[in-house]
Amino acid sequence: MQFVTENLQILFTGLGLGSIYALVALGFVLIIRATNVVNFAQGDFAMLGGYAMVLFFTGLGWPYWIAFIGALLAMAVFGVLFNYGVYYPLRHRSFLPVLISTLGASIFLQNTVLYVAGPQPKPLDKLLNFDGITLGGVFLDSQYIVILVATVALVFFTFLFFEKTLLGKKLQATSQDKDMARLLGIPVALMIAITFIYSAVLGGIAGVLVGPILFVSIGMGSIIALKAFAATIIGGFGDVKGAIVGGLLLGVIESLAAQHISVPYKDAYAFLALFLFLLFRPQGIFGEKVSEKA
Amino acid sequence: MQNRISLPALIVLAIIAIALPLIPYQLQVSTYVVQMFMQAVTYAIAVLGMVVVLGYTGQINLAQAAFFGLGAYGVALGTVSGGINFWISLALGVGAATVAGLALGLTTLRLGGHYLAMITISFQQIFDLILVNWVEVTHGPDGIAGIGRPSILGLELADDKAYLLLCTIVLYALVFAVWYLPSTRLGRAMRSVRENELAAEVVGVHTLRTKVIAFALSALLGAIGGALYAGGFAYISPDNFNFARSIEFLTATLLGGAQSPFGGVIGTVLIVQLPEWLKHLPESLRFIKDVYLAVYGLGVILIMVFLYEGIWGLIKNLRAKLVKTQVTTDVSGVRPLVLDVQGAGNGPLLRLENLQKHFGGLKAVDGIDIDVQRGTVHALIGPNGSGKTTSLNVVSGIYRPTGGKVVLDGEDVSMLKPHQRAGRGVGRTFQNIRLFASLSALENVMVGAQRDNNPIPKGDKALRDRAMSALQFVGMADRAHVIVRNLPYGHQRLVEIARVLAGHPKLLLLDEPAAGLNQTEKMEFVELLKRLRGHGLTIFLIDHDMGLVEKVSDRITVLNFGRKIAEGAPAEVLRNPDVIAAYLGTAGETNAAA
Repeated sequence: MQFVTENLQILFTGLGLGSIYALVALGFVLIIRATNVVNFAQGDFAMLGGYAMVLFFTGLGWPYWIAFIGALLAMAVFGVLFNYGVYYPLRHRSFLPVLISTLGASIFLQNTVLYVAGPQPKPLDKLLNFDGITLGGVFLDSQYIVILVATVALVFFTFLFFEKTLLGKKLQATSQDKDMARLLGIPVALMIAITFIYSAVLGGIAGVLVGPILFVSIGMGSIIALKAFAATIIGGFGDVKGAIVGGLLLGVIESLAAQHISVPYKDAYAFLALFLFLLFRPQGIFGEKVSEKA
Repeated sequence: MQNRISLPALIVLAIIAIALPLIPYQLQVSTYVVQMFMQAVTYAIAVLGMVVVLGYTGQINLAQAAFFGLGAYGVALGTVSGGINFWISLALGVGAATVAGLALGLTTLRLGGHYLAMITISFQQIFDLILVNWVEVTHGPDGIAGIGRPSILGLELADDKAYLLLCTIVLYALVFAVWYLPSTRLGRAMRSVRENELAAEVVGVHTLRTKVIAFALSALLGAIGGALYAGGFAYISPDNFNFARSIEFLTATLLGGAQSPFGGVIGTVLIVQLPEWLKHLPESLRFIKDVYLAVYGLGVILIMVFLYEGIWGLIKNLRAKLVKTQVTTDVSGVRPLVLDVQGAGNGPLLRLENLQKHFGGLKAVDGIDIDVQRGTVHALIGPNGSGKTTSLNVVSGIYRPTGGKVVLDGEDVSMLKPHQRAGRGVGRTFQNIRLFASLSALENVMVGAQRDNNPIPKGDKALRDRAMSALQFVGMADRAHVIVRNLPYGHQRLVEIARVLAGHPKLLLLDEPAAGLNQTEKMEFVELLKRLRGHGLTIFLIDHDMGLVEKVSDRITVLNFGRKIAEGAPAEVLRNPDVIAAYLGTAGETNAAA
């Protein structure tokens, strides 16, 4: 019995962490679909969101929800800046310059924040004012509950937004065929800008959610991003459903392995899982076989 | 024009090359400056690896610091923990890095660039974790001190300056090797992969092998740099080999110019020097010193946007503007092209048996049988979406058939990769020309000539002669040294055909070869086709221009909705009522596009 509760406990923690990977992975996939490029600064969106929250809530003392909305607005503005500063000038080039450019942006952001905010990780309050609840011997931390609920809500919202609204349809059209979308009068550049905004806000929310658990730190983004990217490959490259399943799966694998194998290598398990997938199922769980277009 | 250095440039290079290492000897410099030289020299070797993989082959590597670290830890563990000779330790470290590079490359490179970026970062992170956590072996965060140095001919290189000289000599030798690489068979293959991977594969380059070799070479160079670094500083710790260092190598490569070893060296010197220069900034700008990594990041974006070819590219372009180099080539002494066809048996050269290619529910090619007879021109026509290009892609190996067989000269090649088919004499051109844009016409055609089993003598000279003959055949020999990007469209088509012809094709596949040509060019093209046919070449082509098809073809097959609807001599097929109906459209036709 103790074995079961112990593992249920780990499963719960794993799903919570996995939700964060899933949210960031979702941001990855949206940008991959819109621009064909992996945004290596995706994790830093989470980092920036976390720091914005620290600034508004802890620093300026705004009420939690006002600070939260402020942080999301800041991320939306940042998404616009990122689009025009990092992606837009290179939009006609092959994927490699764009990829390198986003990598440059990631280094720039981390070190700028490091200079401004200092190397000390910042604590962030939980959303709810209680520690959590105990259910059948399993302790459910309130912040993990918040993360799970928020992830489900965001995934659902994203689905509705892309499938049921005109703007969502236009975004989808843009990601499938830019030339055709342009011919139909869809402002492609604007659609891509909106994708970056959406993705930045998603990342920001992930950062605010995970801040109370991992602390808000300079490096939080890159480690989350690497795992989120691993999640997109495991789930199926560029597949929305895959990003979410992959993220959750990775969170669980990681927590279980850390518990049962060894803690110092916690961050390595995700990559190990990734290597195994690349060897035996490179197209991921939901992906179609990888092949090049003629 | 990749590998020609003019005499003045050579002299300038030689002076700099000799003068630089003398600085620590002539001037009474501090140990600090000597160490800075050591750092620059060993980093530069690792950056040469980046030049090979990123600059030449167009593949990203974000784990160069890990390979650098494998070399360094090889030497450190070998000389300190193992008590082994320096050179043997170096060989072990470099060997380990090369094997790691091969393994990473083999698992990832067939999947494309994003995966490679991700996997190399993961590898870098895991390497870092192991260095820090596997304390029993790596000594963890404390690092390893007292690393040995080699002796040469009984001469101990205990003196920093003497050791630095050794490293400098190694660097020069490697710069030379990396500079020479692009004009070799392997180097051309690498650059063709960078420029257009699909075209490279189809003309016969084993693209996966080329990428894996490039990646392993990069790891090898990284490890050599790291091994020398460990000897130079006598102490290493995990901090020297983390992700930030990989980014430093990347930045140095991009800043200097990824496509040249000289660029790589310039970039390294600047990156190593940058923190030094920042120290001398006026008080008000001193904060930049604390954010120099942020400056790197910003620098990377700015280089990508404004200075894609780096500083070396800038120098090269300036020089090109100042010195007008001659781009016409002397064509006297070019031998006529031999196109003898070496078929194995009789019977059709190409036979498609019940060939099918489905994409999900779409039956693009739905069971066609075609025999292409030796020495004939066979045209495949049909309305848009009838499955012509798909059929051609299945024949050249870009797609595997869903069902049925592709038989070439009696051999079933259905499951072979494009480069293997090219190695058996299948050559093709593309509807939207796919040349290696930044290579010269000659180099483009040489890539075509270097396919497996091309019946020409061994060696670069033979490849060059063969390529010149092919260019002569299409009337482009005098433009051999022009970068193809700068050629007009019609000429690019001709270079693409020359690239195929240089490979001695048994079967020539032409995908809408006359598309985009004006009337005069079309006439010339018809003449070219007739000449090729006169040489006994077998040609299988797709085109929309009925006039052209009628003029050049011996036989025509008509496709509609992925099925064969007519076949025969041009005159009879083009008057076939079904064919006319298919082209002019009848009921149901609106669904045909796809």
